[in-house]
Parts: sequence; structure tokens; C-alpha cells
Amino acid sequence: MSPTTTTVTITNSPPTRISTWSRIRTSPAVLAGVAICFTLIVLAVLAPWIAPYDPNRQGLGIQLADPSGAHWLGLDSFGRDVLSRIIWGARISLWVGVVATLAAMLVGSTIGIIAGYFGGTIDRVITMLTDILLSFPQLVMGLLLVAVLGASLTNIILAIAVTAAPAFIRLARGSTLAMRERDFIDAGRALGFSDMRIMFVHVAPNILDEIIVMGSLWVATAIRTESTLAFIGLGVPPPTATWGGIIREGFEFLNDNYLLAVFPSLAILITMIALNLIGDGLRDATDPRAPQ
Amino acid sequence: MLRFIAKRLLFAIPTLLGVLTLVFFLVRIVPGDPALVVLGDQASPEALANLRERLGLNKPLLVQYVDYLGAIAHGDLGRSLTTNRPVMTDMLAVLPNTIELTLASLLIGLVGGVPLGVLAAVRRGGIADWLARIVSLIGLSFPAFVSGVLLLVLFAIQFRWFPVISAPRSGDILERLRALALPAINLGVIMIAYVTRVTRSGMLNALSQDYVRTARAKGVPARLVVWRHALRNVLIPIVTIIGLNLGVLIGNSVLTEIVFSRPGLGKIIVNALNTRDYATLQAMMVVFAFAIVITNVLTDLVYGLVDPRVKTP
Repeated sequence: MSPTTTTVTITNSPPTRISTWSRIRTSPAVLAGVAICFTLIVLAVLAPWIAPYDPNRQGLGIQLADPSGAHWLGLDSFGRDVLSRIIWGARISLWVGVVATLAAMLVGSTIGIIAGYFGGTIDRVITMLTDILLSFPQLVMGLLLVAVLGASLTNIILAIAVTAAPAFIRLARGSTLAMRERDFIDAGRALGFSDMRIMFVHVAPNILDEIIVMGSLWVATAIRTESTLAFIGLGVPPPTATWGGIIREGFEFLNDNYLLAVFPSLAILITMIALNLIGDGLRDATDPRAPQ
Repeated sequence: MLRFIAKRLLFAIPTLLGVLTLVFFLVRIVPGDPALVVLGDQASPEALANLRERLGLNKPLLVQYVDYLGAIAHGDLGRSLTTNRPVMTDMLAVLPNTIELTLASLLIGLVGGVPLGVLAAVRRGGIADWLARIVSLIGLSFPAFVSGVLLLVLFAIQFRWFPVISAPRSGDILERLRALALPAINLGVIMIAYVTRVTRSGMLNALSQDYVRTARAKGVPARLVVWRHALRNVLIPIVTIIGLNLGVLIGNSVLTEIVFSRPGLGKIIVNALNTRDYATLQAMMVVFAFAIVITNVLTDLVYGLVDPRVKTP
């Protein structure tokens, strides 16, 4: 008997991808969001060259001075330049937002795919643990974790990633369950592919769209959590400039100069709106039920 | 129905047990000796030993764990490390304030969000739709403390319409409402955002269904089709979104209470964080997690009320 050779080509890209991409590119909301985020990233990266003053240099003028030609957004209670501190604060916010979300995405999705793919006891245990983690208010859990671990940049990223991971576990698990029933997965199994290969070469790319959309929405949540922790006093320790930290300082001097709290608030707000515009746009574009 | 409730509650038990276990071990990974953290470096060895004895820290971990589960089962949340009062007493003293704030914001969310969401769906692409988009974008974008600070600056400091410190001082109903207004609006706008979003997408889906076309073909007035036929079917997603977002609501009410200096559970948590009162933190985490798990069960039960098809699972 002569051996027979069968060639099977398995494609990963669904046919809708081109229209999805063009919908993203032509959405004014997404473009506006991308433009704002790009500007913020440039500001954050170039902070040492763009910021007019050293963000930690004290005694630049009268404490809590109003905005002026020399200090566009005024001075804080230590006489530090508020504009410089907000520009440097963007570094912390964006870094925490992106790194914590990426960590949660990577770890959460991997666990979710494993749960959905294998099913059975592994799935039940993972689902139960996820349910337990989801039983805590995300913010309160973050507060407790940072309080327990100690406030440092690494611990804040870790705490936010832990609170975000369950959402990705759930999403990846659900999508993998649906994907597992598809013919091309059966084909892969029939060809003797290993579980690892099916999970991470064939399932993962097909659920990536949904994970990226959720990731884009979670970056905003992560930045919000970071600034909230800083506002409560559990942020990156002073004198490092963070948006939440500047608001916390401004909050103490609301009656003397409320602008100190208003400017960093606006910075957070603009970032949140930009990220939500991108996240919503991506979600609408990848939603098969959305009008074409 | 009773069997359904019992079954759902039974299913919640492993999750609740998991919550208790996680909180217990989380608080115990605190680096260093909790007694030292509470009393400080200057404490005498006797004082430290006394506190360890009182907290049960000298017992094996497993014994501590069993004691802790036993106490919780009896409704004992432990004592604050700083005030030595039972956490339950402290909590019950301010709980009405938090409940008042939460209910007021829910009311604002429903009264503002449902009509806006319905109008946005009925007149898709119109002014109401744009307004709904802007409101939900703003509501979802504002971190609760940022919107709180901005509201405070505008309405309490600039216009002086509301008090800066929103702690109700007397039992006078008008005074109470004035103190409640800004915090409730702060939380309410976020609720409006969630409710508007889910109402709009639910209504868009409902309005494209066959039964709506049938009702229209029968000559049912447009108003009735929208508000009675279609809206009834959107109630489930609205209930779900409120139930699912209880965690967000709790987190935001903690922040709102801090910004507006309002006594409540949020203040207890922040005070506990500042004084490293891990006993209170542990108790509050348990209370919040239980509230969320029980709300999930209640959400399932409310399904049965708004949708008769869900009654028999």
C-alpha cells in the first residue's frame, strides 16, 4: 500500500477583516481618539525636552501662583511648575495603563484559552476562581492589593493587572468555547496537531480581535485606577508627578487655588475620552451586528 | 420560585467561601508583623505580645482561619485595630448614608437614562441620539473623583449653591437633600451613562423585532409600541447592567464619599487604609464581596419578575 499525501490549508483570517479595517480608518471618532492619544504619547516620550521646567524643582515662584506667561498652568504648593508636572505625569499614567493592560491581556487570555479549550475540571476550577475575583469591586481590590504590597510603580501595575485579568479570562474562555466547535479545529486535531499548537496558533489569532477591543477599553480603566490610587494616597510615592497625585495636592488647596485640581482633571478627562472613542470605534467596527 | 431562590443561593456558597479564603490570606501576606504595624516601633514587647494574643496571631494559621470562618458565620466581622470597636457597629452607623447615596444615584440613572436611551433609539441619528452619545461618553470617561472635584469647584466653591462638606448635620429633610445633591449627581451621571447605553442598544434591537412590526400593523399607537411593547423587553438588560455594575457603583461611591467628605463605607475604608487597620479592611472587603454576590442572585430573581419566561429555570 502506498502512502497518500494530503495537503490541508488552514487560514486564520476571516473574510470580514478588510471591511473592519476600512471602517476603523474612516471613523472620525476613532481618528480623533488616535490623534489625541498620539499627541499624549509624544508629550510623554519627549517630556524631558518639552517640559519647560524640572517637574520636581521647588520654589520657582510664589506658592499656588495663578497661571502666568512664565508658568502657563501656575505653580503648586511647593512652587513647582504645574504644566511640567502634568507633562511628566503623562508618562506614569500611560505606562501603567499600557503595561498593566498588556499583562492582564497576556496572562488572562492564556488562562481563558486553556479553560475553554480543555473544559472539564480545569475549566471548572478556573471559572470558580475567576468568579471569586470578580466578586470584589475592582477599585477596592486594587486598593487592598496596593495597601498590602506597598505603593510602588511595579506593585501598582501588578495590582491593576490582577484586577483586570478576570475579564480577559472570561472573554477568552467564552470565545474559545465557540471556536472549539469549528471545523478547522477538528481538522487540526485530525492532522495530529498538538493542543499547544491548536490553542495558540489556531484559536488565539481568531479570538484576538475581541481581546484587542476589550484591551483598548481596559487601558482607560487602568489609567483611571492608577490616578484614583494616587488620589487616595496609594500612588507612586512623591515627589514623582502623577495626575492623581497632583489632584490630591490640589484638593487640599481647593479654597486657595482650585485650578491646581482642575488642570490635571482635564488631562485625565481628555485621555479617557480619547481612549473611549478608540475603544468604542473598534468595538463598533468589529461588531458583526453593526450596520455596514 | 422558592426552589429557584434556594438553588441560586446554594450555588453562591462556594463563591462566598472562596471570597472569605482569598481575603483571609491576602491580608496575611502583609509584610512584617501586623502588631508592629499597628503599635509602631516604640511599642514595648509586652504590648506587642498582648496585641498578638488579642488578634489571635500567635495561633497556627489554620486555627486562625477556622476561627475567622466561625466568627463570620456568626455575623462577627471582628474589631477595628485602631478603635477596638466592632467593625459591624462602625459600619451600621454609616450604612444608611451609603444606601441613601446609592439609591439616589440609581434613581437619577434610571430617570435620566431610560428616556434618553429610548429617544436615542427611536430617533436614531437625531439630536437625542447625539445627546445620548455625548452623555454616555462623558459619564464613562469621568473617574468619579475627577467629576466630584469639578462639581465641587463649580457648584460649591464658585456658585456656593451646595455645601463643600456633604455631611448631613441635622435631621432636616431639606438640609439632607442639599447635602445629598452633589454626591448623588456625581454618581448619577455615571449611572445615566450605563443605563442610556444599554437602553439604546436594547431598544434598537427590540424595535427591529417582528412583534413590534405586528403591533404597528395592527394600528397600535406608536407611543404604546415603544413604551409598552418594546421597552418591556429591554428591562432585562437594564436590570443586568445595574446588577453587574454594582462593583463599579461601590468603587465610585467610595470615591464620591471621600471627595464630598460624606460619612459612609468609603470613609471607613480610607481611614482603615491610612491607619493600616487591616482588620477593618478585611471586614470591608468581605462586606463588599458579599454584597456583589448577593446582588448577582437578586439580579437573577428580578429577571423572573420582569420576564415571566425566566420563572422556571
